Amino acid sequence: MKVIVLVKHAVDPESELSIAEDGKSLKDAGLVYDINDWDRYAVEEAIRIKENRGGEVVVVGVGEKCDDTLRKCLAMGADRAIKIPVETGLDAYQTAEVIKEAIKDEKFDLILAGFMSQDLNNTLVGVLLASMLDIPYATAVTSVNIENGTVKVTRELEGGYSEEVELKMPCLLTVQSGINEPRYVSIMGIKRARTKEMKEVKVTPTVSTVELEKIYVPPVKKAEIITGDPSQVADKIIEILKDRGLI
Amino acid sequence: MKVFAIAEHRFNELNPISIELLNLANAIKGDGSSEAVVIGKDVDNFAKELAKYADKVWKIEDDSLEYYTPDLYVDVLLQLFEKEKPDVVLIGHTSQGCDFAPYLAVKLNAPIATDVVGVDISDGLKVSRYILQGKLMADLKIKSFPCVLTIRQGVFKESCEVNGEVIDSGIKPSKQAMRKFIRYIEPEVGEVDISQADIIVSVGRGIEDQSNIELAEELAELLGGVVAGSRPVIDAGWLPKDRQVGISGKTVKPKLYLALGISGAFQHVMGMKDSELIIAVNKDPEAPIFTVAHYGVVADLFDIVPELIEKLKKIKGKA
Repeated sequence: MKVIVLVKHAVDPESELSIAEDGKSLKDAGLVYDINDWDRYAVEEAIRIKENRGGEVVVVGVGEKCDDTLRKCLAMGADRAIKIPVETGLDAYQTAEVIKEAIKDEKFDLILAGFMSQDLNNTLVGVLLASMLDIPYATAVTSVNIENGTVKVTRELEGGYSEEVELKMPCLLTVQSGINEPRYVSIMGIKRARTKEMKEVKVTPTVSTVELEKIYVPPVKKAEIITGDPSQVADKIIEILKDRGLI
Repeated sequence: MKVFAIAEHRFNELNPISIELLNLANAIKGDGSSEAVVIGKDVDNFAKELAKYADKVWKIEDDSLEYYTPDLYVDVLLQLFEKEKPDVVLIGHTSQGCDFAPYLAVKLNAPIATDVVGVDISDGLKVSRYILQGKLMADLKIKSFPCVLTIRQGVFKESCEVNGEVIDSGIKPSKQAMRKFIRYIEPEVGEVDISQADIIVSVGRGIEDQSNIELAEELAELLGGVVAGSRPVIDAGWLPKDRQVGISGKTVKPKLYLALGISGAFQHVMGMKDSELIIAVNKDPEAPIFTVAHYGVVADLFDIVPELIEKLKKIKGKA
């Protein structure tokens, strides 16, 4: 089986975020990038499929700076990487378009992607790509079961419910976090990754569907902040709870 | 503008997002119309309910549409939109909406923006949405019509009665589904039902390790409450799935919700925002949890919680 995994080198939302002078981007200082959290689960799922059934795992990244994330995936156990060195920013159409072009000669059985990205939270690229490729797909997948060219998956719904659906391969799945326990990268894995192929494919997007006007801090009300040393804070919390009859 | 809202239903209940989509449609339609589309096996009741808030409601009924599948939904919608050209198509940002909206957008050759919380039509079409897990917002200009927007639930609550007509579209699926629905799976039932608890001590990523769950348990026991968690804690297997608070887990409204090391992603907030009293402890002063909490403490939970436990023990000892 050949499994393609879409991985994003993305800003960690927990890193220090400050808006640059142009009002449209983030200042570099303080930003931490890593593999998008959802994509870690997708890579792990792909490697498990390969371990169980044989085949190949190909990771695909978009962006000038995605090498670290691709290398991390190779160290986890992916076989080779395709880097598309183009900045598609907020336009998920462009991202899907360049991926479609870059993988057009890859005869895949399955494409896995994260359910969403931790930076833009769009939940778009996977389904856009499936739609452009005209292949069946499922989103927010919490388990994968492959049998005779058919894939049975569970999808996360609301309120603790899920649904089981069936698709024929080739197909695309976007993976929900928690589907597995992603492995840590071993020293051996990092060593082995050095010899693995990382191919650059240059593709230029042709469409442009949305344009970023500005980014800003959300205008919202804030909680009343309790200050003081830990003992004082604890006293104040207890006072609030007593006032409400909760203690 | 001709604004379409795709209604959503499951287990014979209309999802309230359907009405919220129409509220938004009515707010932006101008001289145009708000038109709901409801798809399923027998959707008469839903159509009547939707008609209160829409100029038109399009019914699309067929046995094969009993359960949602993305390709059949998109297939029938494309047939409708071929005749009734939309300017804007609104879809709930739900497990179902996220699943088919991008597919529909590609087939309509339409731009798409997701998880939208604000729409401005004063100069073309501009939308606002959160990025970076709720920490920042972005305004986007949508470059062409028609466009598809998925809308965050709970934002467009203000209704106006329109009392429009229900139209039977007569549309039937033109193909077989590529993806087959098999069955629904019920939520796991655990020993504690957190949705019934008066006091919830809830832990997030900030709890750092499974072994620290004990700390939350000790505090919960002293307060007479139960321990729950946000998605990362459940994903890591530190608490069972039935303890998850949020859209994909449980919705809770306790008297006290103590959020420890929870950043406050929207998915989580929707499951606890109606709690009577919310106190949040988080190291990050920018954590979105502080926008929903009544009281906030910007500190390491490992500094605060042991103090609380000690003081509560003393109080209990005296009582």
